[in-house]
Amino acid sequence: MLRKALLALVLFVAVALSLGFLLLPIVALFTRQPPSELVHQLSNPVVTDALVVSVKTSAIAQVLIVLLGTPTAYLIASRRFFGRSLVVTLVELPLVLPPAVAGIGLLVAFGRVGVLGSTFGALGIDVAFNQAAVVLAVAFVASPLYVRQAIASFEAVDQNLVAASRTLGAGPVRTFFRVVLPLCGGGLAAGGALSLARGLGEFGATIMFAGSLQGVTQTLPLAIYAQFDRNFEIAVTISALFVILTAAILLSLKLSSLWPSRQTSGFLFARLSSS
Amino acid sequence: MLRAIAGLARPAQGRIALGGDTWFDAERRVFRQPDERSVGLVFQEYALFPHMSVRQNVAYGGGARVDEYLERFHISHLADAKPALLSGGERQRVALARALARDPGVLLLDEPLSSLDAQTKAIVRVELQELLRDFELPAILVTHDFDDAAALAGRVGVLIDGTLRQLATPQDLVSRPADTFVAALTGANLLRGIARRETDELAAIDLEGGERIYSTDPGQGEVGVVVYPWDVTVARVRHQDSALNVIAGEIRSVAHVGSRVRVRIGPITAEVTAASADQLELARGGTAFASFKATGTRLVPFA
Repeated sequence: MLRKALLALVLFVAVALSLGFLLLPIVALFTRQPPSELVHQLSNPVVTDALVVSVKTSAIAQVLIVLLGTPTAYLIASRRFFGRSLVVTLVELPLVLPPAVAGIGLLVAFGRVGVLGSTFGALGIDVAFNQAAVVLAVAFVASPLYVRQAIASFEAVDQNLVAASRTLGAGPVRTFFRVVLPLCGGGLAAGGALSLARGLGEFGATIMFAGSLQGVTQTLPLAIYAQFDRNFEIAVTISALFVILTAAILLSLKLSSLWPSRQTSGFLFARLSSS
Repeated sequence: MLRAIAGLARPAQGRIALGGDTWFDAERRVFRQPDERSVGLVFQEYALFPHMSVRQNVAYGGGARVDEYLERFHISHLADAKPALLSGGERQRVALARALARDPGVLLLDEPLSSLDAQTKAIVRVELQELLRDFELPAILVTHDFDDAAALAGRVGVLIDGTLRQLATPQDLVSRPADTFVAALTGANLLRGIARRETDELAAIDLEGGERIYSTDPGQGEVGVVVYPWDVTVARVRHQDSALNVIAGEIRSVAHVGSRVRVRIGPITAEVTAASADQLELARGGTAFASFKATGTRLVPFA
């Protein structure tokens, strides 16, 4: 009897400790300042500038990721070609690359002294330390999450459905838009949410490749870092804002799993936690 | 094979054409895409689009008379339902309607009855029979069940390991099987033995089991003896009649199939009516005599 009670107590303490450990930092972000102060801080130009830069660059990066990533993923998923697993590994590489390495890589590739820098320079395009650089850094780091998820979704489509569509007179393009895409909608939306969340939080590659110039390249994470030893309360405010943004993305990801398709959503969340 | 005709697989050699229209020719390097061939393919698991309603599925091929086809296949009341909610028989009707709605030049059916339960299967078989009769359209059906093939097809090709063993009407496959594989497929008993000429009209065969039987078919050397279960009569005592061949054996199994009973006596399966099975008190373990006429046997090369 006593043993049972003791076991229950130990379990209760373990759960309380782990949940408390995970929740306390998040709660503290919201309780440090009175809510009115928190709301007031949101109108600070540092915060609004960073929010605008973040939303703008993330949106552009996300559009690029979806427009270029979807066909890439579909080709990789539907063709069997020599060196396919090598291509998949290359696509996934930025996922495990340290962000600082990604930043240096982007600099030596697209920066003024980089491989393509002189070509871009001759064309009058300067990509280092401006918003284009932020977009490139975000896209570089976040796209693998979308592409990986898209490949998995496309591979899960029953090939007999594709075959049926073809024998019913639909060409490859019509088959893609009428059969494959609707069936993959949930998976692609989940992949998009994951890469969006990752892109919004991008720090290392952006600060090295794009710098941290308020109103130009200073995204939300960079603003937190910049305000950290200048105005700590603003850093806390931006962090609280961040919690709300990412929670919204996570929620929409959960909702997207309700999409009426045959994709299972279980592993998507496992992916999220492992990324 | 159906996938090759539909353009979903590319054969190494040969030629596929419908009428004068060449779809594939290995020598001339012709390969028409599936959407450029006029086929209606019904997949084994039907491959209905799960995100579309029945109506959208049927309309997918672009036919103008969708409602007519929904009506024809008795699925009008399901028009707005999603395929996941349908029964096996209903799914098949949707798949057929979808394949036929675009007015194809040939109908291809991949094991259309294999994923249905026995009761639905009997109904669908009759429906298919009527359908193939009503639509005057060449149709190719793949099945592993000879009864299905015999019920639905005008001509049956027996394919084993990719080679065509025999192409004939179902009746001819039964009465003149090309080899033991074809005979086994049609549900015949197969006995193995050594044949030699006895008289001008009669061959004697010494079976593996030691019995000697006779056949009016000419044969020499190692042969397969084909006897159909419905040509075998069963008795509990040996008696003299016109049947030349009698095999005595233990009753190994008694299985009821509809109103008929299949009795396994030694190496032979006989099919008798339920009434005579009762009368003879056939039961496992007893002894019985299976007799059949020499004219009821076929000798085929042992393949």
